[in-house]
Amino acid sequence: MDIPYTVKDRPDTGLYNGKLGIWLFLASEVMLFGGLFSAYVFLRTGAESWPTGADILNVPLATLNTLFLITSSVTMVMSWASLKLKEFDKFKLYTGLTLLLATSFLVVKYFEYTAKFHHGLFPSTNSFLGIYFTLTGLHVLHIIGGMIVIFFFWMPGAKMWESDPDRFTNRIEIVGLYWHFVDLVWIFLFPVLYLL
Amino acid sequence: MADLTPEEIKHHVKTYVIVFVALAFLTIVTVAISYLDLGVGASVALALVVASVKGGLVASYFMHLIDEKVTIYWTLIVTVAMFLILMFLPLGNMLAQAKI
Amino acid sequence: MSTDHHKESIWTKYIFSTDHKIIGLQYGITSLVWLLVGFTLMMIMRYQLAYPGNPVPIVGNLLGEGGIMPSEMYNSLGAMHGTIMIFLGVVPLAFGAFGNYFLPLQIGTIDMAFPKLNAASYWLYFVGSIVMVVGFFVPGGAANSGWTSYPPLSVTATMGQTVWLLGMVFLITSSLLGSVNILVTVIQLRAKGMTWMRLPIFVWTQFITAFLLLLAFPPLEAASVLQLMDRLVGTSFFMPSGLVVSGVVQNYTGGGSPLLWQHLFWFLAHPEVYVLILPAFGIITEVIANNTRKPIQGYKAMVYAMVFLGFMSFIVWAHHMYITGMGTSIGAFFQTTTMIISIPSVVILTTLFLSLWGGSIRFNTPMLFALGFIPMFGIGGLTGLPLGLAAADIHLHDTYYVIGHFHYVVAPGTIFALFAGIYYWFPKITGKRTNETLGKLHFFFSFIFMNGVFMPMFVQGLAGVSRRLWDGGEIYAHAADVLYLNEVMSISAWLLGLAQIFFIVNLIISLRGKKTGEMNPWGATTIDWTDTTSPPLGHGNFETVPTVYRGPYEYSVPGTDKDFTPQSEKG
Repeated sequence: MDIPYTVKDRPDTGLYNGKLGIWLFLASEVMLFGGLFSAYVFLRTGAESWPTGADILNVPLATLNTLFLITSSVTMVMSWASLKLKEFDKFKLYTGLTLLLATSFLVVKYFEYTAKFHHGLFPSTNSFLGIYFTLTGLHVLHIIGGMIVIFFFWMPGAKMWESDPDRFTNRIEIVGLYWHFVDLVWIFLFPVLYLL
Repeated sequence: MADLTPEEIKHHVKTYVIVFVALAFLTIVTVAISYLDLGVGASVALALVVASVKGGLVASYFMHLIDEKVTIYWTLIVTVAMFLILMFLPLGNMLAQAKI
Repeated sequence: MSTDHHKESIWTKYIFSTDHKIIGLQYGITSLVWLLVGFTLMMIMRYQLAYPGNPVPIVGNLLGEGGIMPSEMYNSLGAMHGTIMIFLGVVPLAFGAFGNYFLPLQIGTIDMAFPKLNAASYWLYFVGSIVMVVGFFVPGGAANSGWTSYPPLSVTATMGQTVWLLGMVFLITSSLLGSVNILVTVIQLRAKGMTWMRLPIFVWTQFITAFLLLLAFPPLEAASVLQLMDRLVGTSFFMPSGLVVSGVVQNYTGGGSPLLWQHLFWFLAHPEVYVLILPAFGIITEVIANNTRKPIQGYKAMVYAMVFLGFMSFIVWAHHMYITGMGTSIGAFFQTTTMIISIPSVVILTTLFLSLWGGSIRFNTPMLFALGFIPMFGIGGLTGLPLGLAAADIHLHDTYYVIGHFHYVVAPGTIFALFAGIYYWFPKITGKRTNETLGKLHFFFSFIFMNGVFMPMFVQGLAGVSRRLWDGGEIYAHAADVLYLNEVMSISAWLLGLAQIFFIVNLIISLRGKKTGEMNPWGATTIDWTDTTSPPLGHGNFETVPTVYRGPYEYSVPGTDKDFTPQSEKG
């Protein structure tokens, strides 16, 4: 006996297990980042003074990073769409592009962080930098985690396309949902930290 | 999603491209707005509105929320409610603190 | 999931099993061990409270010079007792063990939705629990800032607090993955005919608990990260400006808020208390329906009450913070929501109580614990009311009254329910029966001594004796008249510990007993009893996956010859 609805949708909910699972997980992630955003709001409202993001942080670089992530979201959904169209080579291409864009994001972040440290700006310097490093740091960890999983499905895990293409397509859809969420978090992080 | 035809997928792909352009545009918009001197309240409100539109586009089209099932909607509604509680109640608490 | 029965090694079959029943047992055994550890810590603490400053027998040399417990050690024992009981003991047992083992059986499916994730959840819990306890062995000892870890104390505390925070990250992650599994399993894997309103109450409670854990735990994870940053990297998320400790101005950036921690902590910790009680309600309902031989009185009321309780639990948390200088309007808001949340609890307890009326009551061991639960939870709940009202709470906050209140709900409350569950489901898990005499002795002595430990706490609390005092209030004049109660409570606690020997011996001899071959010795209606063997089949639970035709508590249906009608019996 196999566990039902791992690939086929359950008729009354219209979902397969993994899709429901990832959405529930993302709900918990909303609350995780929510906790940090709540801390940001709390600390900023209670502070006597608060720096403008643009004075301390590099807005052009972060804008570039925003475009990197948005593009990676497109390539990720295209990679799933390619599988739906049975175009495995396109899947490989788009997944590879997603990883490349994600790497670019990380590289930019690396330069941002090291530049801060170079100027003696650390998380401990003030509340703004503390919450900046924590929020973006946790986000970076989520990017890395996502990249590891995407890489797995790009390379060794891609074998499943031969044995169980529908299940594999679903897995890419699930990974994609996670990845879009990580993009979504950045869409809010960027204006809140850099522009306000 | 297991039942989409190739034509429907191709149609979705067109949508993805349009959404991408919109997102890139809105990114430029949000950066541009930040250079205007609008005062704290308006800046925050505008930034959040633009971010919400962008986020909404990502969720609706890339994450397929726009044709997702009721169960998912309910999960998200409950989550958003809890998120808002977490965002505003501690803040409300702090703002209403007795001044010693 | 593989259907080929290839040769499994001991690693895949038992240790890293993905079978929900094995994982449930892993959670069960591990959590029972931790409950014993947490209980032992309390027994040691109670020696200090009864005889402050006296060398502690047996374990004294581990505690301090000459066997005398220093105050920091008392604080560590206190913080770790709470942490271990809640996060390593009760929740893993109620949710991880009972949930994993019985939920798939009760809804008629072959395993949880994500078996590998399930195994990962268990091992994250196991590792997290080890990390927690490692704290005892680092310089400065285990965390000693209370299970609530309030800054600035927790941020300035010794290394053990960092270990606590790391342990929490593991435990929270385990919990989140477990919650996703339970939710997807209930939504997606119910058998044919198992509609929402035919679910056993046990399943409903696990489902709601999973939702609470899913949404409430992450802010605490976020807060733990922030506290780790404060401790390790020098940030000041929770450290206020100008902090002075023992006359020394502290070198922190400042600008932070200790209250922020309290908000993020209690955002979880309030729903957490409903996580502690909901599975208990579920187990008690199963046991009462079964041992009154009638349906419970008000299935729908119970379900709606529990769902409402779940939602309300997210908007009451600041009743733990009334004395932080809260403004009156915000205080009024939280008092109102807190009073409202008492209503569903009353509905649930009343339902259980009314369900006894006209029943054909069987006074076996599980039922005794269930019957004991009702008044004990009643006392716990009622004593919560003055705490929920800010005016009374000003006097009672952080006194022994609070400790009495929450222990009544968790100890002769939830833990009695968990005992009821163990005695009730032992025949299903093992195919053997427990000894009724030992079970009854376990119950009666536990009941008496539970009250012996916790009832005097209300008296001490009302007199103003604060909690977390390593000498039990000895140096305070206002405690003088009620100080004698410390010895009473301590002796009750040690006797309560001895009473558990009946339970442990019962488990051992029963496990060594013969299998009875009976599938459904209690004559229960739910498909975990009626449609699978005792113990259940290894691969896939059911010979044939049942179809469900009726509600969960069709006992004594008029016109039938049996006094119970299984859910899977055609109408």
